[in-house]
Amino acid sequence: MIQTQSLSVYYGDKQAVRDVTFHAPAGKITAIVGPSGCGKSTFLSSLNRMTDLIPSARIEGQVIVNCCDVQDRNRSPAELRRCVGMIFQKPNPFAMSIRNNIQLAVREHGQRDRQQLNQITESVLRDVGLWDEVKDRLDDSALKLSGGQQQRLCIARALALKPSILLMDEPCSALDPIASATVEALILSLKERYTILIVTHNLAQARRISDEVAMFWMNDGAGEIIEQGPTETVFSKPNHPIAAAYFAGTSG
Amino acid sequence: MNSLTDRLVSLMIGSAAALVAAVLGWVLLDILYRGIGDLSWEFLAQPPEDAGRSGGIAPIIVSTMLILMVALIAAVPLSLSAAAALAQQRHRRFGWAWIASRCLDVLAAVPSVVFGLFGNAFFCVALGMGYSILAGGLTLACMILPILIHTTEHGLRAVPADYHYAAASLGLSRTTTFFRITLPAALPAIAAGLVLGIGRALAETAALIFTAGYVTRQPESLMGSGRSMSVHIFDMAMNVPAGDGRANATAALLVAMLLIINAAAMSLASKASAKLSGQTAEDMNSRQYV
Repeated sequence: MIQTQSLSVYYGDKQAVRDVTFHAPAGKITAIVGPSGCGKSTFLSSLNRMTDLIPSARIEGQVIVNCCDVQDRNRSPAELRRCVGMIFQKPNPFAMSIRNNIQLAVREHGQRDRQQLNQITESVLRDVGLWDEVKDRLDDSALKLSGGQQQRLCIARALALKPSILLMDEPCSALDPIASATVEALILSLKERYTILIVTHNLAQARRISDEVAMFWMNDGAGEIIEQGPTETVFSKPNHPIAAAYFAGTSG
Repeated sequence: MNSLTDRLVSLMIGSAAALVAAVLGWVLLDILYRGIGDLSWEFLAQPPEDAGRSGGIAPIIVSTMLILMVALIAAVPLSLSAAAALAQQRHRRFGWAWIASRCLDVLAAVPSVVFGLFGNAFFCVALGMGYSILAGGLTLACMILPILIHTTEHGLRAVPADYHYAAASLGLSRTTTFFRITLPAALPAIAAGLVLGIGRALAETAALIFTAGYVTRQPESLMGSGRSMSVHIFDMAMNVPAGDGRANATAALLVAMLLIINAAAMSLASKASAKLSGQTAEDMNSRQYV
């Protein structure tokens, strides 16, 4: 479960996200839609404190993930990021073997037992439907995989840490249509076990896979949520005129 | 018109490249041609006699290698740490990192004879090392630090930001990220810097005359004095009448050593990089096509 209360994100003096109050229910897929540059990705990365990596970034308001305050300085970002997996637009496996891609972070978080590690590796690769494709070449470089396989490996790598939440930043947009369909089916299959937030530019995809939708729009130079609710309601009867025009394809 | 301009420009660029390659080829061939007559196993295995006119250069090769070893042992860990610190300062324009970078730029432009005098005053006299392999090696370490730090820092910075984001999103510590992800990815660039540094160190004459000395006998320890090959070339060519042949032979050997060390450093780096990141060297090479 993710909840934000009047969340604003600044880069230096520039406000990127303004006053976002948002709720993503557990075990559901929540899609975040809106035009480019309206703060969707910034919003997403404030949820697992990836904004910490940018020195000028500053967060106001409250983010609550699984009933804990994300901003709480007593909680380490590493611990937070273990429960909140993140998938990026461009598949970014490390330049190492498929096996090490998955096991590196698991080892870092304390699991050293080789048998356990291999078991985790197999189970997450099965979860993403990659096991049969790679089981004979786990020690080959992950960079030899196709784009779609790489993205599924990145999802498996995140799943290996047993997160409860997955943040996905346009996970299909750098993939060809067939790989994109495979990853989309995978995301659907992960629903219920994980709380999923997915940023997407593909409105048809948002409508196909999400249970809830939040729509961002640029207002006075910063992103705001102008519409949110159950997917079908939002798409068929949007309240906000801009959202209605955007979904109808006449704006944005 | 356009195609004529294009052809002219290609011709100019092409001939410039050919000219540079030709100069290198000429130097190499000339050294080999003049030096090969004096090259022999005795030359490699025996100590010099008659001020170097006869005999070999065995102790000089040993001194050269020892000086290089001292320089690298001192400079590599220091430059790696310094470069890692500088590369961390990705977003800051000013502050200590900026000052340190500018200082290194200035240091890189200091003539080597000044390093020699500094090394003499500091290592030989102030620290009491006298004329020794140790003092010479440490002076060379100071001299190659800027180039090592510079290339290492750039290698570390060139690692795709994607890797850093992926590592952070998995909750990896900065230490793990650095040693398992950033460093392996940067190793080929670091090796290229190392090759430049070794080249400069092996070629260095001025800095060593003041610090390692120029006696031709084999040093008994790091505290002993010894003559490097570059100093030997200088001495044979300038101070010893009829020493030209031996100078050319030593130069030919020095160039050959340089080429071998370069090839070894590059291949070691790609192997180490592959090992650290858990893939084969072949994968590293195929990476650019993926």
